[in-house]
Amino acid sequence: MNWKFRVCPTTGLKVHDSAETLIQVNAVTAIVFLLVGGALALLMVLTRWQVVHILPADYFYRLLTLHGIAMLVAWIIFFEMAVLYFASAVLLSHRLAVPWLAWTQYILMLVGAAMVTVMVLMGKADVMFTSYIPLQAHHMYYLGVILFAVGAILGCIVFFATVTSAKVEGAYEGSLSLVTYGAAAAAIIAILTLAHGAIALIPTWLWALGVIPMMDPEAYILMFWGFGHSSQQINLCAMIAIWYLLGTLTVGSKPISEKYCRTAFLFYILFVLIPSEHHLLVDPGLSAAHKVWNTGYFMHLAILASMMHAFSVPAYVEVALRKKGYTKGLFGWLKEAPWGNPAFSSLVFSVVGFGFLGGISGVVYGTEQINIISHNTLRIPGHFHATVVIGTTMAFMGVTYYVLPLIFKREVAFPTAARWQPYIYGTGMTIFSVAMMFVGGFGVPRRHWDITAADAVFQLNYGPVVNIGLAITAIGGILAAIGGLMYCLIAVATLLIGKKIPQEA
Amino acid sequence: MSINVPEKYWWDIPLDQDEKTWIKVAIVWCILLTVMMPWWHISGNQNPSSEFYRITTDNFDKLTDKFIAKYKVGEEEGIDVVAPPANTDVFVRGSQWMWEPILKLKKNQTYRIHLSSVDVNHGFSIVPINMNFQAVPGWDYVLTLTPTTSGEFHIVCNEFCGIGHHTMIGKIYVE
Ligand code: HEM
Ligand SMILES: [Cu+2]
Ligand SMILES: [Cu+2]
Repeated sequence: MNWKFRVCPTTGLKVHDSAETLIQVNAVTAIVFLLVGGALALLMVLTRWQVVHILPADYFYRLLTLHGIAMLVAWIIFFEMAVLYFASAVLLSHRLAVPWLAWTQYILMLVGAAMVTVMVLMGKADVMFTSYIPLQAHHMYYLGVILFAVGAILGCIVFFATVTSAKVEGAYEGSLSLVTYGAAAAAIIAILTLAHGAIALIPTWLWALGVIPMMDPEAYILMFWGFGHSSQQINLCAMIAIWYLLGTLTVGSKPISEKYCRTAFLFYILFVLIPSEHHLLVDPGLSAAHKVWNTGYFMHLAILASMMHAFSVPAYVEVALRKKGYTKGLFGWLKEAPWGNPAFSSLVFSVVGFGFLGGISGVVYGTEQINIISHNTLRIPGHFHATVVIGTTMAFMGVTYYVLPLIFKREVAFPTAARWQPYIYGTGMTIFSVAMMFVGGFGVPRRHWDITAADAVFQLNYGPVVNIGLAITAIGGILAAIGGLMYCLIAVATLLIGKKIPQEA
Repeated sequence: MSINVPEKYWWDIPLDQDEKTWIKVAIVWCILLTVMMPWWHISGNQNPSSEFYRITTDNFDKLTDKFIAKYKVGEEEGIDVVAPPANTDVFVRGSQWMWEPILKLKKNQTYRIHLSSVDVNHGFSIVPINMNFQAVPGWDYVLTLTPTTSGEFHIVCNEFCGIGHHTMIGKIYVE
């Protein structure tokens, strides 16, 4: 058989044309969802700012449901599919195995996401992305989620098929590169967690169709988070694989000890499926011993892995920069780092934001006692916007600045705007997350349209500090929305008007 | 480079000294965190309740009605106000979109609060002291409560429970 390849002029990697097309469609679709989710985010944050309070209640809840799905599900997972194909076919200079299966992945995910979006916008699925039963959405909503998940599983299968055929056909000798290894960890966790998703959602879909009775609501919560939390480790592994990738691309860093990094990835696979019970700490149904064991022992083994990466990624960057001769003083290397390269600044925001804001807040709120004063307050969205936005989303944004020239073969448009983009987005999101965690400390609920309870029998007053905190949250959110819009515009402009980079066949 | 195949026998190459030191620091830290969990559970005395029972929503509904009928002392905004004696079983029912009944409790007295919902999930959040528990249909969640400050408290629903979610506000008086 004949496969079409080109040789990338910058990296010398051989790029298979099907792999290239599939990376392109998945990445572009991801960015469209990011744009949609960002527009919704702006409306929501302007609603939670009580002085502005822009949306009516039903639209607030509806768009909040859609924001969670467009961002956490569609943007992140479409982009991850692009990352999986890149880390397998491109990095191994091999053909993408079974392209038709990869197209099936794309089409299933697209159809699933479209079904969900339509159902939510029609007001037939006001259930939030967690869709806790007995709240019920239209059965097409659940079917959409299931199709999306099946598509994602197919993407993982294509990844493993590509890696296997590369090995069999001798595209590489010995072990996988660290980045591909990290992507493999993500794909393994994806397959494991999506199985929990099936256990939670397939019976729910059948229940919505009227075929079977409802499962126990608490059992649903357990199953949902077995999927919903564990699947965050897909994002985590993909993000860390990209950290290593960006370290290499931006400053030429290399792993000092492969054993160290790979062991840490292995820990994720082994231990990370378990601590999902931190979502149920203040629920009935599980004994205290169960909760303490689950969120204590196993959570901290997963944390060990994160701490290992949090050391090695910056350490390897430092070593690479020192090798380049930036050895003045303790922090001379940091001063000479390529701060004007948006991929590098995104990397720094991602590592620092994920570790210090997201990681630490997560460990704290996930303890049995502190959860009593955090559960369902704004502390929680404050925490996960630090992990999944400053961490994962910014890592994906950073790598885009390399994907555009390498895969779309065009120079990044508006380089000055691109230089500023990570700083605007990262600063905005940092302000947003910290302010939300602060306000949450007063018990202000998440997913709440009106904390003055003006339409209720009793009114509430959380006090002036909370009002100021929500205003600061909104300002951070607006700044982040601007940074997010800049990212989307730069990407789209690059595709449409970016200067073409000449290629040899 | 992290995008290239590693050297052969990479697993035989020993860790760098700094990496070894960091792993030791991290392991000690993680053990500390792990030990803190059960230790604080035993010594801290601030744990979420782990007393709960299965109950049908119908039965919980009836028990709450019976409880209200027995201790009712008045009404406020159309919601029953009850003043149960200390050490009794107190029922708090979440439904779309109200918390029933309004409770009148005595400072420094202990009550067994039975928390549940008769339709969808609700969130039981006591404001302004900020304590949060989940009210799940089919589960009777028992919270042993001893109010230590007097005043007026609100119960805010903080689990999304439908379009009227933000109107679901209840009340507790402590005197
Ligand atoms: C411009 C940047 C963003 C802003 C201003 C923003 C703002 C918000 C706001 C105001 C909420 C509602 C909080 C509440 O009332 O409970 C929210 C929820 C959420 N956001 Fe974002 N967000 C942004 C980006 C993202 C991204 C990139 C992701 C995921 C990758 C994300 C994932 C979520 C999720 C999962 C929820 C929870 C939805 C729910 O409670 O069901 N957000 N966001
Ligand atoms: Cu409610
Ligand atoms: Cu509610």
